[in-house]
Amino acid sequence: MTAYLIRRLATSIVVIIGVSIFIFLLLHTIYPSPAVDILGPRANRVSIAAWNRANGFDRPWILQYLHYMNNLVHGNLGYSFKVNQSVAVLFEERWARSAYLSGISLLLAVLIAIPVGIFQAARRNTVGDTIVTSAAFITYAMPVFFLALILIQAFALSIPIFNFEASQSTSLWVVIGDWHSMTLPIATLTLLSVAGFSRYMRSTAIDTLAQDYIKAARAKGLPERLVLWRHLLRNACLPMITLIGLSIPALLAGNLITETVFNFQGLGLLFYNSLSNVDYNVLLAYTLIGAILTIVGNLVADLALTVADPRIRLA
Amino acid sequence: MSNVAPSLPPLDITRAPEGGAVGPVQSGWRLAVREFARNRLAVVGLGILVFFVIFCFLGPLLYHGDIISTSLSNTDLPPGAGHPLGTTDEGFDELGLLMKGGQAALEVGFFAAAIGIGIGSLWGAVAGLAGGILDSVMMRVVDIFLSIPFLFIVLIVAVKYGASVLGLSLIIGGFTWLVPARLVRGEVLTLRVRDFVSAARAAGATRWRLIDRHLIPNAMSVIIVNVTFNVADAILAVAALGYLGFGLHYPTQDWGDMLSNGIQYMQDGYWWLVYPVGASIVLVVMACNLIGDALRDSLDVRLRRR
Repeated sequence: MTAYLIRRLATSIVVIIGVSIFIFLLLHTIYPSPAVDILGPRANRVSIAAWNRANGFDRPWILQYLHYMNNLVHGNLGYSFKVNQSVAVLFEERWARSAYLSGISLLLAVLIAIPVGIFQAARRNTVGDTIVTSAAFITYAMPVFFLALILIQAFALSIPIFNFEASQSTSLWVVIGDWHSMTLPIATLTLLSVAGFSRYMRSTAIDTLAQDYIKAARAKGLPERLVLWRHLLRNACLPMITLIGLSIPALLAGNLITETVFNFQGLGLLFYNSLSNVDYNVLLAYTLIGAILTIVGNLVADLALTVADPRIRLA
Repeated sequence: MSNVAPSLPPLDITRAPEGGAVGPVQSGWRLAVREFARNRLAVVGLGILVFFVIFCFLGPLLYHGDIISTSLSNTDLPPGAGHPLGTTDEGFDELGLLMKGGQAALEVGFFAAAIGIGIGSLWGAVAGLAGGILDSVMMRVVDIFLSIPFLFIVLIVAVKYGASVLGLSLIIGGFTWLVPARLVRGEVLTLRVRDFVSAARAAGATRWRLIDRHLIPNAMSVIIVNVTFNVADAILAVAALGYLGFGLHYPTQDWGDMLSNGIQYMQDGYWWLVYPVGASIVLVVMACNLIGDALRDSLDVRLRRR
């Protein structure tokens, strides 16, 4: 198993290096230097070239890439010339709120999807299963922003229970405690994740219920509740671990759209504003960090699966 | 012999046995189509998709809603005479916009999926057949691209290059080929040890001919299922891009763009600007998912009912 882990780690490092080169190259091609932002839109080519030379933007891209990565590992994520702040400061202000939104949605989604999936499998092809499967199917086909709009219309405008805008507070504790404003954004992300998870959970649970050891447990006279709780739950949760690891990119993307719809001052809204402002340093740092988080998430999910499933560990 | 049942007639090998007509030869594809047709939800999904294709592409020939010239006296009319779905804040007819927007969404969806599947199948087949270092390198490239969150990279490139149907299709297709590549590689790894591949090799087939004539046609079931899901994902991606403002603009229309214009008026109660568009997106994506699920069930021989 240690050999597998080391190989996996080495592969992840290679992929991280490859991703960073690709993203840097892509953004470097679209946006070679911030000269136009600093010198103004009417700068002529001579002054742009001189500025580039003076600030190191005419070096070959590989040297610029190495310089950028060197800065990255020392915590310097670059400078945003449109907002006039260092990118690290911008992220630092916002990451805790976004992490809260994503984290709580993921947690709730897992807590809801597992029992729902097991319910669907145990009551397979009954009315209850059909209703839940159809609801999950429709939600899965909905774009995030449309789901958010429906929730806003239903629960914030027609029946004014919740707020149509997320909490604007800068303090994380206030945000956590503000159920009036935060319920709808969290509900949007949670419903989206539940739709995806429960489809998978249902098919895994159905496969697990067909196994011989479930039949043996039932033949022994174990009550159905214990069969589901003791045997099905543990074995059907294993693919969920992989699924959680794989859902990090979807969570980041869902975050982007949800924060835009609800005007939540998090990293997603920062990305959207940077797109509109064409602020490429922020985009570069954000995409890189997103990619690294994805790779690390997959790695952690793989490791967690190895720990949780003895069949893999002892193979 | 003593244990032959007395009611059976003596065996007559010159006549066909009793018991029903012999049906036509059933090829694998015919059986799959029959299985698909048995799944009612799938037929509904196919019907929805066909309806939207006809609605979006043939509808404008029959229904001439004005979507080019603004008419400030007709802004924000609710559904009524002359405007079955009302008008927008610029006086455009909503039903006409729905048809035009659907054209862009469907075009980008199908084209992006086609690009994705084209590149992906070739990539996967070459990697699977080659094996060794080339396979590792090609799959590492796929891993690298897969680690980048899809929406982010598509948004970044669309800001600069994404203002047309072709541009959007290329961008979305350029990041959709990754999953088909992995799937096709898996299929090819299974297929290349089979006898027909060895026979073809022994007959002198070049590697290209192997891929083109033997491997990809046999991996077609995986490819077809994946194409339908890719179309669904591409339509959702186009809608998201349009909603965020980086999709198509006037005079081409796009469902996401229509939605983002419509939400400004939600508090005024102009539901016709939001719900028909949203429902169209959901229906089309749902139809593609239904078809994809049913294709997966019907092309998997083990799940077929006799």
